[in-house]
Amino acid sequence: MVSSIVLSGTAIGCIYALIAVTYNVMFSASRVFSFTAGTLGMLGGVLGSLFIARMGLPVAIGFLLVLAGGAVLGIVTEIVAVRPVLKSLDQHLYVLSTLALALMIQQFTAIEWSTEPLPFPRLFDIARVEFDQQFWLPMLACLVVIVSLELLYRHTLIGHAFIAIAEDNYAARALGLPERRLRMTSFALAGVIGTLAGFAGGEMLLAFFANAPMLTFYGFVPVALGGMGNNRGAVVAGLMLGLFQQTANFLVGGIFASVAVFSVFIIVLLARPEGLVGAALQRRV
Amino acid sequence: METEITQQATKLRPASANGRAFASGLGTALPFLALLVVGVAFPLFGGGYWGVIATRACVYWVLVSGLNLVVGFAGQIAIGWVALLTLGAYTTSVLVAGNVMAPLSPYLALAIAALVGAVFGLIVGLPALRLRTFYFAITTLGFATIVTQVALAWQSVTGGGVGVPGPVFPEPFSSQWGFYYFCFGFAAVCTWMTANIAESRFGRALAAIRDAEVAAEASGISKPVLLGKVFLFAGATAAVAGGLFASLQSYITPDAFTLDLSILFFIAILIGGRSSILGPLLGTILLTALPEFAAPLVAWSTFLYAVLLLIIVLAIPGGISEMLDFKNRRALESNRAIVPRPELVARLFDSVPNAGTLTLDQVTLSFGGVLAIDGLDLEIRPGQLHGLIGPNGSGKTTTLNVISGYYAPQRGAVRLNGKAIPALARDQRAHMRIARTFQTPRIVGSATVLENVMIGGTIDGNGTFVESLLSLPRHRRDEAMLRDTAMLALEAVGLERLASVRADRLQHAELRFTEIARALMLRPAFLLLDEPAAGLSAEEIARLSALLQAIARAGTGVLVVEHHPDLIFDICDQVTVLNLGRTLAAGTPAQIRSHREVVNAYLGA
Repeated sequence: MVSSIVLSGTAIGCIYALIAVTYNVMFSASRVFSFTAGTLGMLGGVLGSLFIARMGLPVAIGFLLVLAGGAVLGIVTEIVAVRPVLKSLDQHLYVLSTLALALMIQQFTAIEWSTEPLPFPRLFDIARVEFDQQFWLPMLACLVVIVSLELLYRHTLIGHAFIAIAEDNYAARALGLPERRLRMTSFALAGVIGTLAGFAGGEMLLAFFANAPMLTFYGFVPVALGGMGNNRGAVVAGLMLGLFQQTANFLVGGIFASVAVFSVFIIVLLARPEGLVGAALQRRV
Repeated sequence: METEITQQATKLRPASANGRAFASGLGTALPFLALLVVGVAFPLFGGGYWGVIATRACVYWVLVSGLNLVVGFAGQIAIGWVALLTLGAYTTSVLVAGNVMAPLSPYLALAIAALVGAVFGLIVGLPALRLRTFYFAITTLGFATIVTQVALAWQSVTGGGVGVPGPVFPEPFSSQWGFYYFCFGFAAVCTWMTANIAESRFGRALAAIRDAEVAAEASGISKPVLLGKVFLFAGATAAVAGGLFASLQSYITPDAFTLDLSILFFIAILIGGRSSILGPLLGTILLTALPEFAAPLVAWSTFLYAVLLLIIVLAIPGGISEMLDFKNRRALESNRAIVPRPELVARLFDSVPNAGTLTLDQVTLSFGGVLAIDGLDLEIRPGQLHGLIGPNGSGKTTTLNVISGYYAPQRGAVRLNGKAIPALARDQRAHMRIARTFQTPRIVGSATVLENVMIGGTIDGNGTFVESLLSLPRHRRDEAMLRDTAMLALEAVGLERLASVRADRLQHAELRFTEIARALMLRPAFLLLDEPAAGLSAEEIARLSALLQAIARAGTGVLVVEHHPDLIFDICDQVTVLNLGRTLAAGTPAQIRSHREVVNAYLGA
């Protein structure tokens, strides 16, 4: 029993962590939190099921198409919902514009796909074991994303440019960095990571439109607790969240597990609004 | 009520403006009266199904009217307010059905639901005091999900997925039209109450929290206290709407309370526009009725709401209310001058403010490793104009911010009459009659100039939030008093002709004088001005000088941070020169002008 809690908790935690990374990648490039983060995760599952189960494409091709779809959606988000409101960042219009886009995608999926959860195909045709692919796929995805991002940010020129944009947008632009192109690349990258999360976790979460608000919420918890833009904090907090949720699930039942997660989230945030890994307050006057 | 305010306003205006003022008062009330007539007469031309739609619109509006104060006025992004509708619906239904105790009368159950809703409104809303926008939006979203899940799981009380019957209100409200009038009554009362709040110091304070939070703090508006009241109210109206909703549905299950409903409420307000009652009201009616015009639209309704939301945000952020605001499309005079009447300043002060002396005592403040202020002593006496000058980065604005409570000094203290005033208690400064202006004017752009100035007098009202809700005499006296004083303050700074203009249409110099008028509303014992002359023409600076001298003559101690040496040396009684956070020199203007180091470091030869 303990091992199954640890397995499913870690796997779910990895999915949350990946959604949190999706938030972070978009945030770093634009100072915008986007409601589309969970929508991307939901689409990873729905598109995977569509391409592989319904259309019968080979797994590898279906996988690549899903990621490509995520990248396109990331770019669309940047063009439609982020760029037009960046000028007035202080008015928080981005909260509304990204919410609108996320709702449009979610409703479209509900109507054109299904309002019921549909099964996600098994990606590898191997027998079920305790350490099953539905558990290790999200873990593998999380590991690959984290390692790749670290390598990208530390060892490549474009990674340095991402960091420069995140640290000081104006200075980066003054240095002649193509700020807009980098931002679009970041959103495409976030789209890939978000759909990867949903694809890897497809068997656990199923292809279900209502995963969008669920992932938007649970994916944001690690962002808030781990500190904005901090990927390592997000992974640690995501794993803690997944394990806590599965333990509570087992001990007090599913519904009250959600209540427990929500209460802990609120209490921690109220005690430390800047997250467990602090960030300085801004000058207001 | 409407005519009373108009009368109060006309007293202050030249006789020629009387007719126009009355017309504008009537103009504001007219759409509401029209809706009232249509609502009352609705059963005459509405068929049975349209009756259900109209009842639903009324029920939604009961919730939206309260939420409008949270979203439209206070600017808090509460997207999960359906949680409180759910709570109210289940509380009413369960109490009437008698699942937990002996069945109650529906009226009593509705009242209890309102109380429960108020408490939970406060609980859901409280995180807004600590959390940034997106965080708060997410927590309300999370709360909405949780409430539905609890309703699903708590089978013994809520009936789980099977649900529970909604309450039935007895005669005369049991028939379709009877129940319609019941809901319409609630909707009308909610409209009236929230319109009263909108026209009160509380409504203006909410807008100030939304658009100019630092100015709200400087005016003594306590965000936690005010938002707390509004969350109580919005929670109660949402829960009442829930009880009515349950009765309208006649049977409720957790499926009835989807997030789509929450989105409808939220978007109705945004379509309506900020700081408006009529806009969100029309938005609610529109969104409730829209899917009914074409059956295929029903499935796509939430999709369409989302499209509408995107269009509103990107194309018309002002919403319906701004589209209907014809008055503010009229061109303003192009070459208007600000002509203050300093002689009126004394009339604002009914007595000489006597608060003693404001002193900074060895104040030290560093940011990281940088010493912004290093052991600064400063003394501001009543009736004295004190200039604070120095190069950029010498700590002038930081000094003002320490006095007004934005930074806590690491050493030393700010004392009023020898007593240390608590650091960081920003909204307490106004109660000590310490007022200030800002380097970049902090103004509520969507409010009129007069309303902006009235914000400065918020703490001088006596009526409570409930008195304003019900427009009781004390509320009306407060409003009349604030309006009179604000008009006088505007005349004193020379902006009375712009009183009814939206503040975001003003020029920069006019905004600076508006801020001074707002600060004067406090009848300040001390007035802190952060670069009041920046961006002003030479002529305007001369007028500003005369105005500041009049304020000092009235007994106020004035501290001016400025870069214009002329202004400082012409009018100040005392000048302090800062350099690198320390006093480089202090004395009369004549002494400073001949101070060798000051001339070398700052003034130049």
